[in-house]
Amino acid sequence: MWDYIKLAVLGLVAVLAAIAANYAHDLAYQVNALTAMLAAAIAFWWALRTAGDYRPQPQNEYNDGVVRAGVIATALWGVVGFLVGVIIALQLAFPSLNFEWAQGYLNFGRLRPLHTSAVIFAFGGNALIMTAFYVVQRTTAARLWGGNLGWFVFWGYNLFIVLAATSYVLGGSQSKEYAEPEWHIDLWLTVVWVAFLLTFLGTLWKRKEPHIYVANWFYLSFIITIAMLHVVNNLAIPVSIFGSKSVHLMSGVQDAMTQWWYGHNAVGFFLTAGFLGMMYYFVPKQAERPVYSYKLSIIHFWALIFLYIWAGPHHLHYTALPDWASTLGMVMSIILWMPSWGGMINGLMTLSGAWDKLRTDPVIRMMVVSIGFYGMSTFEGPMMSIKSVNSLSHYTDWTIGHVHSGALGWNGMITFGALYFLVPRLWGRERLYSLTLVSWHFWLATIGIVLYAASMWVTGIMEGLMWREVDANGFLVNAFADTVSAKFPMYVVRALGGVMFLTGGIIMVYNLWATVARQPARSALTAAIPAE
Amino acid sequence: MSKQPTARKADPSTTGHSWDGIQEFDNPMPRWWLWTFYLTIIWGVGYTIAYPAWPLITGATPGVLEQSTRADVQSEIDRFASANAPIEAKLDETNLDAIKSDPALADFAAKSGRAVFNTWCAQCHGVGGGGNVGYPTLADNDWLWGGTIDDVYTTVQHGIRNTTDPEARYSQMPAFGTDGLLDKTQIGDVVQYVLEISGQPHDADKAGAGAQVFADNCVACHGEMGTGDRAQGAPNLTDAIWLYGGNEAALTETVTKARFGVMPAWTGRLSEAQIRSVAYYVHGLGGGE
Repeated sequence: MWDYIKLAVLGLVAVLAAIAANYAHDLAYQVNALTAMLAAAIAFWWALRTAGDYRPQPQNEYNDGVVRAGVIATALWGVVGFLVGVIIALQLAFPSLNFEWAQGYLNFGRLRPLHTSAVIFAFGGNALIMTAFYVVQRTTAARLWGGNLGWFVFWGYNLFIVLAATSYVLGGSQSKEYAEPEWHIDLWLTVVWVAFLLTFLGTLWKRKEPHIYVANWFYLSFIITIAMLHVVNNLAIPVSIFGSKSVHLMSGVQDAMTQWWYGHNAVGFFLTAGFLGMMYYFVPKQAERPVYSYKLSIIHFWALIFLYIWAGPHHLHYTALPDWASTLGMVMSIILWMPSWGGMINGLMTLSGAWDKLRTDPVIRMMVVSIGFYGMSTFEGPMMSIKSVNSLSHYTDWTIGHVHSGALGWNGMITFGALYFLVPRLWGRERLYSLTLVSWHFWLATIGIVLYAASMWVTGIMEGLMWREVDANGFLVNAFADTVSAKFPMYVVRALGGVMFLTGGIIMVYNLWATVARQPARSALTAAIPAE
Repeated sequence: MSKQPTARKADPSTTGHSWDGIQEFDNPMPRWWLWTFYLTIIWGVGYTIAYPAWPLITGATPGVLEQSTRADVQSEIDRFASANAPIEAKLDETNLDAIKSDPALADFAAKSGRAVFNTWCAQCHGVGGGGNVGYPTLADNDWLWGGTIDDVYTTVQHGIRNTTDPEARYSQMPAFGTDGLLDKTQIGDVVQYVLEISGQPHDADKAGAGAQVFADNCVACHGEMGTGDRAQGAPNLTDAIWLYGGNEAALTETVTKARFGVMPAWTGRLSEAQIRSVAYYVHGLGGGE
């Protein structure tokens, strides 16, 4: 019965998508509709082929298939995202790379949201979903709830990414940073995200462990908060149901405040809380040491999620935003410093008693550097939120450097560590193909990040100082173009850092592939065994 | 040195939980962490008392310091405005030609003009007036509409070929090809002629025929010798300076479709003193007459 309902729904979706493609007002929407039609048709064909089949759901085994798919998606989207990043870094250094023939498709303006979405949502999002599914099963000793709902989340989320990416290069964007996808893509993501929440909650609900592990608190707070942020920031009325464009419900400074309430908590809950969940599982597992302090994890968790949600206004210092909102955003950002560092302390101190592993295990080294960058950027962030510092740093490359020391250093490195941890276990291999290649990846990535962050500090502070430089009569000394040409050498250094980071990513993909393809198998241990 | 690890200090007790082999120590929170956290909270409370912070029903707490970023920036602007007011008043009254003979005034006009130029003009004309294709170089002595300080002042005031200022400098070259005024052979000929008078390699036969085309169609603006007419902004075609390029392809494009460069009027956007300053600055870039 269920199979036939599924067939009917998929068939209906395919037909509706075809109608939408036919009446589409713009190319981005039309391509989205065709993609949706194709996806529904493929799913329909698959459902037809398997309708009525007996599909056992072994309740005492983990659902690792969806995690394996997530591992592959994470690694591949990562390389794509880094590659686009390198391209746009080169476009900034050498504007002639905005080719005439590619105007309107592959120029900087179109590729920039493609890069940010590819690394945050495609690479980071797949990493979060994949590790959430792995960690919640392991730490509850229960199979993923909802049968194949986890697979729906995986395919649905990746469809969202394809829809968003194709829409960007064809000009679809609602002009909200990190929330560029148009209304119809937002609606689809909402459906997928609710399925993700249900899968996660259902698994927690039927757990065989008495307590919920700290990693799962972080994952759950991430899933719930992102749902709330996504829905509120994307409240809009479409101009036509057959077109990309929509009108936002809020306008002016309210819209800006909502956007940065969303934007900062995308950093706070997507890139911080979610990845702390990852850290809380993979660091103690890889170090084979207990977590340093249970008390610290409780206090810093609650403090972090209480405070982060207030910090958004620091993105709007010295704008139309009223002073009081600016003050609150700044104060809460500074109080947030220690709660953020709680995660760093718990991660690093977990290694006490296992520091010797740094010499022998490049995966642990990666995780330690990741936590180090986490600590650095969660200090830098509160500092940059101080109004007087912000008046220098805002709109400069310093912000870009700050984001990347967090994204490449913290999010990237902890994800690489998790991938190196997971692949041998998920594919039942004795060990990684090559620890030497992991070391190469480690050094390329670390030096790449240092080049990136350092060059952006230099250009950021330089251009901030140049912009504000006035003579004795109060006249500006520099033209904007002067600051642009002064930045050129540092833009080349930044691109070089990006190339190194990308090279490391490619080496990782090869190493992971070779682990699966070339390493001898061992019997996989997938049975759910509750610890006593 | 022995590689044998020495016995660890006894581990603290754990909370007794275990998930997939992960345990948790029952360590206290680090004291320095906790106290720094408390300190930031205390500081935060103090800061929100001092500065505007907590929203109320119709406004927000102003803070005991009653600071306002808008008032701050306004007072900065006012400070410079009142400091510059006397010399700006003097600038407004001084004859443009006389600015350079008053050292204090000349220094002020140069600095102010440079800032105005870098903010409003450099986007098209380049920092230092280096120019771009379609945007004249201002640092040489080749002028379309005149290079005395009064000419430059008028151009800045009213702009060129814009639709907002009735006094804008205006002229329009016919699109000889697009509008069917000349056929392709005639255009090819006149282009060769222009190549000839500008001292470039050319086809002598075609240039000979082009001389007649030029005499019939171009001399009214560009002059009999092709040396241009500043009253109409018609460029000199006999030198090596080209606004849109001087090779065969660019000239053919120009004759076929014509050019229509536009500059905005700055009266109303900039103050009188700013316009005078920027005219003085541009006049001093190297080519002022």
